[in-house]
Amino acid sequence: MANVSTFDTTSTVVTDAAVLATTPSRALEGPSGRKPKRRLSRRNIILYGTLGLAALYYLLPLYVMVVTSLKGMPEIRMGNVFSPPMEITFEPWVKAWAEACTGLNCDGLSRGFWNSVRILLPSVVVSIFIASVSGYSLANWRFKGSELFFSILIIGAFIPYQVMIYPIVIILREIGIYGTLTGLIIVHTIFGMPILTLLFRNYFTSLPEELFKAARIDGAGFWQIYGRIMLPMALPIFVVAMILQVTGIWNDFLFGVVFTRPDSYPMTVQLNNIVNSVQGVKEYNVNMAATLLTGAVPLIVYFVSGRLFVRGIAAGAVKG
Amino acid sequence: MAKTHQSARPNQLFRNLNSKIASIPMIFVALVIFLGGSVWTVIYSFTNSRLLPRATFVGFDQYERLWGSARWLISIQNLAIYGILSLIFSLVVGFVLAALMDQKIRFENVFRTIFLYPFALSFIVTGLVWQWILNPEFGIQHIVRSLGWETFEFNPVYDPDIVIYGILIAGLWQGTGLVMCLMLAGLRGIDEDIWKASRVDGIPMWRTYLFIVIPMMRPVFITTLVIIASGIVKLYDLVVAQTSGGPGNASEVPAKYVYDYMFQAQNLGQGFAASTMMLLTVAIIIVPWAYLEFGGRKRG
Amino acid sequence: MRIRAFAAVMAATVALPCFVQAADLEVTHWWTSGGEAAAVKELAGAFNATGNKWVDGAIAGSGGTARPIMISRITGGDPMGATQFNHGRQAEELVQSGLMRDLSDVAEKGKWKEVIKPANLLDSCTFEGKIYCAPINIHSWQWLWLSNAAFKTAGVAVPKDWNEFVAAAPALKKAGIQPLALGGQPWQANGLFDTLLISLGGKDLYEKVYKDKDAKVAAGPEMAKIFAAADKARELAKGSNVQDWNQATNMVLTGKAGGQVMGDWAQGEFSLAGKTAGTDYTCLPGLGINDVLTTNGDAIYFPLLKDEAKSEAQNVLAETIVDPKLQVAFNLKKGSVPIRGDIDMAAANDCMKKGIAIIAKGNTATSTDQLVSADTQKQKEDLMSEFFSSSISVKDAQARFVDIISSAD
Repeated sequence: MANVSTFDTTSTVVTDAAVLATTPSRALEGPSGRKPKRRLSRRNIILYGTLGLAALYYLLPLYVMVVTSLKGMPEIRMGNVFSPPMEITFEPWVKAWAEACTGLNCDGLSRGFWNSVRILLPSVVVSIFIASVSGYSLANWRFKGSELFFSILIIGAFIPYQVMIYPIVIILREIGIYGTLTGLIIVHTIFGMPILTLLFRNYFTSLPEELFKAARIDGAGFWQIYGRIMLPMALPIFVVAMILQVTGIWNDFLFGVVFTRPDSYPMTVQLNNIVNSVQGVKEYNVNMAATLLTGAVPLIVYFVSGRLFVRGIAAGAVKG
Repeated sequence: MAKTHQSARPNQLFRNLNSKIASIPMIFVALVIFLGGSVWTVIYSFTNSRLLPRATFVGFDQYERLWGSARWLISIQNLAIYGILSLIFSLVVGFVLAALMDQKIRFENVFRTIFLYPFALSFIVTGLVWQWILNPEFGIQHIVRSLGWETFEFNPVYDPDIVIYGILIAGLWQGTGLVMCLMLAGLRGIDEDIWKASRVDGIPMWRTYLFIVIPMMRPVFITTLVIIASGIVKLYDLVVAQTSGGPGNASEVPAKYVYDYMFQAQNLGQGFAASTMMLLTVAIIIVPWAYLEFGGRKRG
Repeated sequence: MRIRAFAAVMAATVALPCFVQAADLEVTHWWTSGGEAAAVKELAGAFNATGNKWVDGAIAGSGGTARPIMISRITGGDPMGATQFNHGRQAEELVQSGLMRDLSDVAEKGKWKEVIKPANLLDSCTFEGKIYCAPINIHSWQWLWLSNAAFKTAGVAVPKDWNEFVAAAPALKKAGIQPLALGGQPWQANGLFDTLLISLGGKDLYEKVYKDKDAKVAAGPEMAKIFAAADKARELAKGSNVQDWNQATNMVLTGKAGGQVMGDWAQGEFSLAGKTAGTDYTCLPGLGINDVLTTNGDAIYFPLLKDEAKSEAQNVLAETIVDPKLQVAFNLKKGSVPIRGDIDMAAANDCMKKGIAIIAKGNTATSTDQLVSADTQKQKEDLMSEFFSSSISVKDAQARFVDIISSAD
């Protein structure tokens, strides 16, 4: 921390004007000069001020959602989305979780929760494993044609996946796994593959080359280098991959219904049915509660896995 | 395969054998699903398939109709505006946030989760919430006016001229957190020694970022670029939830055209023609770039 | 208690064969809102009472969301037991490809041809003389819903038809009331236009344009009048600033808007808010000008299954759907009109009764969903939503309309 502040003067000057305009808390700094160890240094004010402002922008809609989910419908109809609830009610949350109807089944989101978990876990593990290994071979063990396949894969990332539904239905039907959980896991792996492979390939490429060469000289093979060196060094990117996949698969609706049967429909089917009912009164409070509940699982994953972001893993591995 | 044992020196096929085995899933997906599926789509875009794929060829009819459609032209224009702005803002905001997060700050976990949480929410609700916040009658315009600025005009939900920017605001809110995470992962992959060295040399921080760190993060930037760009091309749910493409067709996008014509109009041929045009555009941009990017540097 | 309820339902369906082999039948549909779900419950209960089991596959969001799923399941070789589609031509190709089950025997047994009214409902289930679906309800589009309170505020009498409504609009505007509420989704603009066409232009004009697809008529002076009326409606609807149809209905409900042109499902919103027809709101079928209603609605289709027990269960479900008791129970909950004319709907409210009376008189027309393909319908939607939200001229709009009609199918 201390040595960072020795050269940050220049960077502060650049943004000073902007900060003057945007950070009211600057007044707290007072007239005294800079003291490196002070918690309320100019650098910190700029830093936390900017982060705080950005956080406000990101939190505003969350505020609206939470506030709305705690209001009753009559209050929502009156119309100010920002006003706090006059009467707090948890009914929308209860309704979203346990009572909202999907056709005949009135047990809310809880119905699909475990189905979603059953779909999520294998899909995330399988897709990330396959993609990380593919990315690793593309980065470190190129073979003839590997780049061509990879380029096709990348273009695949741009295909709207609804377009691919019919061909994939046909392929899965021919293999005989249409309508099974295996089929769904394969579909998730397929559509996660372009971005994930790219993610891992490019991350492994950016790692110091000496590391890989040294390991080869030591006689380590394909899988040894992957398991002992690449895996531990790639933790931050594994976190990103996990964020992508957990969110994508957890929020997926289309594949979940197209490739499975009602008894294993994921939670998003209920979410869709709650949020998307075309004919009838829109219960905005229940919608918001349902969304926040559905978002809870990815959010927990973000928060917990975030620890793996700590700097030093990579640096440590290089030195070790 | 069996005959390869004949040769004495290590055979071409067995070089990097493990790597090839590990890549089988990737090769399968690339060739069978994406290439195969795309070829299938392109072929059927020349048919008059309706609800089900049907091999009655009609030449370029579907394409003629596509380019004669006012809605398609507006869709492309909207995508261009949204795409360019979204690309710039995502990268800039994402990188700046990541750089700030990388200053060994306190509560990093909290801030990261705050920036990232919108990504956990479905587009359906993102659109709904922003539709409210931007709504002239009870959203931002209402608040500003009630504060005394009576003539304040900000209506990106029902004003056809700026509706696409309303979608941009919501899209950035949802997506920049992930970009920040990617950038952060990239920054964390950079050796601490680089920073130490630049400090010793007395190079100002912003210069270190601009001329040393960012070039080193090139692969991460490329990944990010592809993620953002593919998200832009596939932009659909958000538009549906926030504006339904309206008012009128002022916020239509190509992916929505594709889906609407495939499933609502039950005209697969027209939908496939539109998706072929999208794919073609993507391919024209990506293939040369991929050639330069992946074909140039050899390694490993 | 369960047994009693069961017995009651059993009693209601004694007419059905109870000795058949029982089977689980998965039924996919997009009836997910409150009233719709209650209606499905009636149907499922009646079906379960036959000894079979209804496995519910509800997926909200008709067009874009539910249909690709249903079609994938059917073409993927893992079909559901039965599925909802709108009346009309949505399932046409599935039938052509031989993926759907022929219900002619069931129809014959139940004398569907005699009891189902109007007859065109069954026509759109018919392909090459065989019957492939069971119609379950009727919805109509041609309704003008008016807020009595809004007109009172404006100091004018509640209009009795569309022309009076247009004439009263300036008074509404002066009182700060939005004359016509119109949601932003394309299908609403399209429905408004088609309603103007049949209600102001008459059934003949409507059929010439959509049934005969006569481009000359579409380009003619009579259609020009409809476009002029649409232009007027566009002016009255300016500033609605809502997305969903029920938000627009809500404007009428709360007196913020004078009126809305919307199908009879809007009725549900009024009853849910505890409003009474006549005193709180007024409904004008056929916009008060032309008492003709189009008959849209839903129908249940049955994919071809290999399992014999399930096929038998499909027959039972088809019989249950057309059963008079179920028709009453289902449609009262759904707020729609039953598909048979020989049953008593005394429990219906005033607006619903007006609709039933018009249909009973035979003043019906085939809906656009049945007359033109989904593709043509979508193109119309694109045009109309653009027309109602921009300032493209009436002339240009009509020219583009003619293009659509001349290539319509």
